[in-house]
Amino acid sequence: MEYIVKNGFVVDPVLGADCEKMDIAVRDGKIVDDAGPNAKVIDASGMLVMAGGVDIHSHSAGPKVNVGRNFRPEDKGNHPEFTRPRSGVKKMEAGFSVPTAYSSGYIFSRMGYGFATEAAMPPLYAKHTHEEMRDTPIIDEAALPVFGNNWFVLDYLKNHEIDNTASYIAWLLRVTKGYGIKCVNPGGTEAWAWGMNCITPKDPVPFFDITPEEIIKGLIEANEYLKLPHSMHLHSNSLGEPGNYQITIDSLKCAEGIKPAGDFNRDQVLHHTHLQFHCYGGDSYSSKSFESRSREVMDYINSVDNITFDIGQITLDETTTMTADGPFEYHLSHMNHLKWVNKDVELETAAGVVPFIYNPNSFIGVAQWAIGLELGLLAKDPMKCYVTTDAPNAGPVHRYPRVIKWLMSSKARDDILDACKYGESVRSQCYISELSDRELTLMDIAKMTRAGSAKALGLSHMFGSLKPGMEGDVSVYPINPVEDLGDPDKIEYAFGNAKYFIKSGELIIDNGEFVSNGNKRTFWVSHPMQLTDQVERDISERFKKYYTVTRNNYGVKEHHYVPNPYVIEVGA
Amino acid sequence: MVVRVTDVVCPFCGTLCDDLECDISDDGKKILEIYNACAIGAEKFMHSQSDDRLVLPRMRQEDGTWKSISYEEAVEFTAQMLTNAVKPLMYGWSSTNCEAQSMGSKVGELCGAQMDNTATVCHGSTLIAIQDAGVPSCTLGEIKNRADFVIFWGCNPAHAHPRHMSRYSIFPRGFFTGKGHKGRTFVVVDPRHTDTASLTDYHLPVEQGRDYELLSALRVVFHGEGDRLPEVVAGIPKETIIEVGEKMKAARFGCIFFGMGVTQSISKNHNIDMAINVTRDLNEFSKWSIMPMRGHYNVTGSGEVWGWQYGYPFCIDLSRGYARYNPGESSSNDLIERGELDAVFVLGSDPGAHFPFSAVKKMNKLPCVCVDPHITPTTVVADLHVPVAFVGVEVGGCAYRMDSVPIETHKVVDPPEGVLTDEEFLEKVYERMKEIKGV
Repeated sequence: MEYIVKNGFVVDPVLGADCEKMDIAVRDGKIVDDAGPNAKVIDASGMLVMAGGVDIHSHSAGPKVNVGRNFRPEDKGNHPEFTRPRSGVKKMEAGFSVPTAYSSGYIFSRMGYGFATEAAMPPLYAKHTHEEMRDTPIIDEAALPVFGNNWFVLDYLKNHEIDNTASYIAWLLRVTKGYGIKCVNPGGTEAWAWGMNCITPKDPVPFFDITPEEIIKGLIEANEYLKLPHSMHLHSNSLGEPGNYQITIDSLKCAEGIKPAGDFNRDQVLHHTHLQFHCYGGDSYSSKSFESRSREVMDYINSVDNITFDIGQITLDETTTMTADGPFEYHLSHMNHLKWVNKDVELETAAGVVPFIYNPNSFIGVAQWAIGLELGLLAKDPMKCYVTTDAPNAGPVHRYPRVIKWLMSSKARDDILDACKYGESVRSQCYISELSDRELTLMDIAKMTRAGSAKALGLSHMFGSLKPGMEGDVSVYPINPVEDLGDPDKIEYAFGNAKYFIKSGELIIDNGEFVSNGNKRTFWVSHPMQLTDQVERDISERFKKYYTVTRNNYGVKEHHYVPNPYVIEVGA
Repeated sequence: MVVRVTDVVCPFCGTLCDDLECDISDDGKKILEIYNACAIGAEKFMHSQSDDRLVLPRMRQEDGTWKSISYEEAVEFTAQMLTNAVKPLMYGWSSTNCEAQSMGSKVGELCGAQMDNTATVCHGSTLIAIQDAGVPSCTLGEIKNRADFVIFWGCNPAHAHPRHMSRYSIFPRGFFTGKGHKGRTFVVVDPRHTDTASLTDYHLPVEQGRDYELLSALRVVFHGEGDRLPEVVAGIPKETIIEVGEKMKAARFGCIFFGMGVTQSISKNHNIDMAINVTRDLNEFSKWSIMPMRGHYNVTGSGEVWGWQYGYPFCIDLSRGYARYNPGESSSNDLIERGELDAVFVLGSDPGAHFPFSAVKKMNKLPCVCVDPHITPTTVVADLHVPVAFVGVEVGGCAYRMDSVPIETHKVVDPPEGVLTDEEFLEKVYERMKEIKGV
C-alpha cells in the first residue's frame, strides 16, 4: 500500500524541517521521495506531522511487568476508563500503570510511537519477555538483557578481562535475542541476594572482589569492543536516595576518555537512564533537607559529548514501580508499607515491584516532578536528552504527552506548582522557578522523542526522521503548530491521540480509529564473536553446577517467541 | 540403533525438570527408556506409549456408550457448543503449553467465555494473597546456591514434587552451599508425619487448620516477644516455636515452600498473607523468600499468559468483550454451583477428579467437551472426549516452572498418526467458530 500525507506541518530535525508544509510519501514500508498516482491521500492540513516516536527506556514486557499486572487488580478496577472492549480489529485493553501487552501496543500507537525498548530483561526469563513482546501489537520492540550483576561479568571484570566479557555478552545477546547491555545498580543487586547493597561506585560487591565502578567501566569498554548499535545503558547505584547526585556524577565519570566505536552513528558510550532519580541533594526526604541537584549533574553532562540520558519524569500519578534494583524496591516498601514483590534470579539479577503514589500534595512528589523537568530544560543539546517516564516507575507510559506539555509550557508547570500545597518549598529548593522562561519547541521535542533517541539506540538509519529511505513510520497529530501551541492542554491531547499513524508503511490509525494490528518486529543484535575457550569452559561448568536449567534449554528459539525478527548483524 | 535424546523436559509437575534423557527407537516412534525422571514423570512418558491409547475423538451416545468420530466432527460439535452458549466456561489450561493457552484465549474471546485454570482449586488463594501482600521470592537456583534454611509448609514434595529436594532445595550443592544437605536446616510444618517430614531437623506437627496461629506466633518471636506466647500454640510447644524462630532469624538465606495444606485449609488466602508477612519480617534480619509449590507443570504459565493478555491470573470473565475478575463470582465452582453456565470446555486438567461432587454432577448435565490424552473422571461426564498429543512428549512448547522461569518442552516422539495437538485442535475450532459467526 502507498500513502501520501499531504499538507501537514512537518517537524523533523534530520530534514531541518521546522513546521514546514510538506507532503510525506510512504511506499513498501519506507519513506520515499514521491508517491505514485494510486497512493491513498491522507489529508494532514493544519496538523502536525512527525516521524514515529522512539522510546529508549520503558518496561512493557517481561516477568516483573507481568507481576505488576497480576498482583494489582486495582490497576484495572480503579481505572475503568483504561479498560476498553474489543472493537473492530482492536483487541481488548486493560491497565492504567501496567497495561496488558495488547494495550501497550495500542497506547504507543495512539502516541504515534513506532519503537519501544524494554529496558531490563533477565536472561533466564528471556522467553517470557519475548512472549509478551510477540503479543504486543503494531510497535517494533527490542529488549536489553541485564549484565551488571551477572556472575560471569563480575568474574571477568574483576580481572579486567574485556575480551572474555565481550565474548560472553555476544553469546548472551544471541541466545536471549537481546539488543544491548543494560546495567542496573551494578554490584548492588548481587549484594541484595544477601540482603545488602552497594551504595557508592567504590563499595565492594560481597564475595566477588569487584566494585560498581569497575563494572561500569568494564561494560562500557566491552560494549565498544563489540561495537554494538546501542551504548552501555546504565541505572547507577543509589537510585532515589537523597544526596545521591555525587554518586551519579562519579558513575558518569566512568565514561571519561572512552570514544564510541562502530558503524551505528551514535555519539555516546554511556546512556544514563531515568536521570531524575539520580539528581538529589540533602540527606533525607523531608522538605527541610531534600533539594534538587539537577544543575550540578547537567553541568557535567553538558560538558561532555559521550553521554546521553533520559529523564524518567514523575507524572504525579499512582503507579507501579518495578526495577532490577532489588534493594531499592525493598526500601521503597518500607516507605509506603504497601505490598512488595521481590524476585532474585540465579547467577544473574533480581527485581522488585511495589505500588507507589507520587502525591501532588506531598513535598517530595512535587520536588521529584520538578527535578525531572529541570533536566529537560537544562539540557543544552536535546539530541542527548530523551522523554521517558521510566514507565511505569515514575509514571505510566501514556503520560508522555503530559510530559511534553510540561516541557513546552511554563504556564502548565506553574499551574502544578500553584495548585500544590508545597509549591513554594519546591520553587525554593529546586531550580524549576529559575527556568520559567525556558519552553521547549516542537523541534526540541522531535529530538527528544525521535531523532535523538533513535540515534542513541544506533537506529538513526531507520527511525527518527521522515527522510526518504527511512522506515515508513509517520504520526499525524491533531494540532496546528502555528496556532495552537499557546494552549498546553491541546499539546497534551494531540500527542496522545494521533489522528493518523502509519507503521512500517501500513495505516494503523485512520482518522482516530484502529484499522490494523500491524506486523510488529522484534529487533535483536547478532554479533559474530565466538566464545573464547575460557568462557566456553565457564558456561559449561556453571550450567552443570549452578543453573537450574540446562544450557541447551536456556536459549530463545525464534519460531514461537520471535516470529517476526529483525536481526541487526554487527560487523556484517 | 537406540537414540539417546538429552535435555528432555518433564511435563508433569511445577518442578519442570529439564535434565531428563530418553532412549528412543531408531524409527523415532517408541520411547524405550527414560532416565533421571521421578516415578511419576517416567510414567507420564511411558503412558503415552500404551497400546490402548485413544487416537480418535469419541462422542457419548444416548445410551451412554461411546462412538468414535472424526476430528472434523469433534471440531464441529465444539465450535457449535461454544458459539451457541450464552455463558460457556473454558476451564483447565494447566497441563498444556503456552501456545495452546494463547490459542484458547482467542477462542475464549470469540465466544465471551469464562476463563479459569486449576489455580481456582489449588493456589488461587495464593494469587489472592499476593494481590494483598506481594511476595518476596526467587528462582529455584537461588535456593540451590544460597539457602541454608528451608521450610516445607503444608506440602509433601517427597510424593508430589519428587525431585524438588534433590534438584533444588535440600540435597544439592551449590555455589555458596558446598555442604549440600548438611549445610541446611530443614523444617517441615505439617499435621501429618509425611515422608518429607521424616527427613527433617524439625517437624512441627501443627494442628489441622491452625497455620495462621503458628505463623503469627513466629512473628511474635521475630519481634522479640516470644516469652509472651502461650505455652502451646497450634499444638506446638512455645519453646520449639522460639527455637525454630530464632534459627530462622539467624539464617543466611532461607525459603518457605508452601502447598495446598495451607492454601486450601481453613483461612485460605489469609494463611498465605501471614506467611508472606513472616517472610517480610525475616528480611529485616537476613534474606528470605517464599514460593508456592505449583502443581501442574504449566499452571504458572496459564496465569502468566492471562496476565499479559488480560491483567489477571485466573477467574477471568470475558463475556462483556473486556476482562473482568472477581474470584467468588467468576471462579469455576461458583459459576457451576450457581447454575450460570450453559456449556463447559475442559482442556489440560481434570475437574471431574478435583471439583466437589455436587459441581461434577451439574457439569454432567451441561454440554461438555473434554480435551485430554487420557481417560479421566472428567471424560466420564463429558459429551465429547477429544484425545490429543502429549505436550512435552509428542509436541513441544513453552511452560513456566513454579518460580515462573519459562522452559521450552520438547517433542521426543511423534504422536499416533492423525492425532492433533491441543493447539491444532483449538485452532480448528477457532476457524470454524469464525465461519459460524461470520467474522
